[in-house]
Parts: sequence; C-alpha cells; structure tokens
Amino acid sequence: MTDASFETQTTPGEAQFGDYVALLKPRVMSLVVFTAAVGLLAAPGAIHPFVAFFAVLCIAIGGGASGALNMWYDADIDRVMKRTSRRPIPSGRVAPEEALAVGLTLSGFSVIMLGLATNWAAAALLAFTIFFYAVVYTMWLKRWTPQNIVIGGAAGAFPPMIGWAAVTGGISLESVLMFGLTFLWTPPHFWALALFMKSDYEEAGVPMLTVTHGRRATRRHIFAYTFPLAALAIGTAFTSIGGPLYLAVAVLMNALFVKGAWDILRRDEPLAEADAYRVEKRYFTFSLLYLFLHFGALLAEAALRPWGLGGW
Amino acid sequence: MSFREPHDLHKRRWSRNLGLGVVLAVFVSLVFGLTIAKVSQSPIQLPGAAQTGEGN
Repeated sequence: MTDASFETQTTPGEAQFGDYVALLKPRVMSLVVFTAAVGLLAAPGAIHPFVAFFAVLCIAIGGGASGALNMWYDADIDRVMKRTSRRPIPSGRVAPEEALAVGLTLSGFSVIMLGLATNWAAAALLAFTIFFYAVVYTMWLKRWTPQNIVIGGAAGAFPPMIGWAAVTGGISLESVLMFGLTFLWTPPHFWALALFMKSDYEEAGVPMLTVTHGRRATRRHIFAYTFPLAALAIGTAFTSIGGPLYLAVAVLMNALFVKGAWDILRRDEPLAEADAYRVEKRYFTFSLLYLFLHFGALLAEAALRPWGLGGW
Repeated sequence: MSFREPHDLHKRRWSRNLGLGVVLAVFVSLVFGLTIAKVSQSPIQLPGAAQTGEGN
C-alpha cells in the first residue's frame, strides 16, 4: 500500500484551521465571553480564578458550537446573502457534515467540561442555550416568523446567567435582569441592521420585520422596544449588582438610545436612502457601545466592591 | 534511504494539523490546570480520616 492509494483529491480551496475557527463565529463569541465574564464576576461568592477562566472558555466554546450548527443548517440562505456568502460552508471550504460534526462535538465537550469544572446547573443552562440557538431559533423560528429576532435573542442573552450560575449554582433576580438586558437590546439592534441591509434578507426569504410588516413598522418597533429596555436597564442599578456608577451609565446611555430610536422613527425611506442610512448605521454602531458600557459598568461595580466603593 | 518530499496533501493540510495539535496540547494543559485548581481548593480527606476527624 502506498501513499497513492489514499484519497489525495482535495478541493482547491481546502479548509485551513482558520476556517474551522470561523465556524465558531468569533465576533459573536467576543460578546458571549464578555457578558459571561461579567455575570461570573458580579455574582456573590468565590471561585478559583483558573476555574473562572475555564468556565468562561467553556461558555465561549458552547456558543461557538451553536454558531457552527447554525452555519450547517443555514448554509442555503448564507449562500444567497452577500454578508454571509464568504462563510466557510457556502464558499465550499468546509463540508456541511464537517461543520455538523464540529458543532455537535464541541457542544457535548463544552457542556460536560463546564459541569465538571463548576456545577451541573450552569452546564444545563449552557446545554439549553445551545439547543435554543441551534434548534428553537435556527431551525424553527428564523424562517417562520418575523418575531425570530425577538425570541431568538434569548440565546445570546443566556451567557451572563450561565456565568452567574457557575458561581452560585442557581438563578436569581440579578442574573435574570442581566439576561433581560441583552434580550431586550437584541431586537432594536438587529432591526436597525435589517433597515440598511434590506436586500440581503429579502433575497434569502428570511421573514424579517422589514420584509413582512414593512419598514415603517420596523421603525416603530425599534422605538417601542427602547422603553422597556430603558426601564430594565435603569432598574438593574437598584439591585445588588448595581450602584451609582452603573446608574449614571444606564441613564446616559438609555437617554441616547431613546433619542437615536426617535431619530429613526421620524425618518422615512426616501430620507434614509438619500444619506445612505446614516442614522440607522450610527444607531447600530451605538447599540454595540450601549451593551458594552452597561456590562462594563456592572463589571466596574463588582471590581470596586472589595474596596468598599462599588454598589450602594 | 532518504526522506521523501512531503506530499502536496500534507503541505496543504499543515495549518490544519498544526492547529489541531496546538488545540490538543492546550486542552491537556487546561485539564491539568483545572485538576491543580480543584485539588488546591479542597484538601483531600481520606474516608477513614473524615470519620475520625483526624488529619491523616
């Protein structure tokens, strides 16, 4: 038997290691890592720093695994959308079966390792998050209802709850509020994106609100969501994880977020097209800063607490 | 007998193989680190010692 008898026919654009990393959606992973770390550090109780690091790593890998399962299932629509057409599967570098294998393996690995390192409540939450994103959002909701973003947003909101559970072994009001912050933030964030990436979702046949209910209704929805979001974000300041610094950040950021949504509401399509969706793009970018600063302020409160400065 | 030139397939898969090797090495290191962290957190008590309350 010689080397020649092995399968040596490979595709021209053969997958490199980076393509498998890309399956895990590293940019989404950064949000998962950050919010999970905040949930973990804001939680009452002690955890060994290495166990904390390992727990965040497991949550990130679990999030990445659900991203790989999403890419496996959505390869057909990713091929159509300009934004996603260069992903590893639609570009032909990674076979769909490989992505499925990577997703399933890393899902099992991350859940079991998180359970062994911390506790099984955190592991169960991570397993549910993967299931929610890969099955409930990707397979059921995304192609079926314009509320896909609203309900599917829960998947991205779980990481701080998992981080919290890794320390405390359970769920509490504070962890639910951290979940709610990302959950209510997701719809206006994605609908702003949908406003200026309109042809992508339409061509792929994904029932985004902009496609099913029109752009006027989407603008109204963005504006409406900022109020419960602001109430929840500011209300969190008065719990055990909040404090004066967080309150100041929340009040300022939510005032700006409501103002941005108001600017979007007042505009119509001809006006938006005339300046290439400048306001919508600015709002989308600002929404990233909004979430980062909220969780950053919670982190600062937790970091200041040992010196008697954080909290009320 | 001389070493053969690496096959084109091996050259193309170099990054993939190297990456996987590094991932496995990191995994082993993480499990080792986790073991050390867990053991240092709670001192090991032998079943007999736990009953009598003795240290060894």
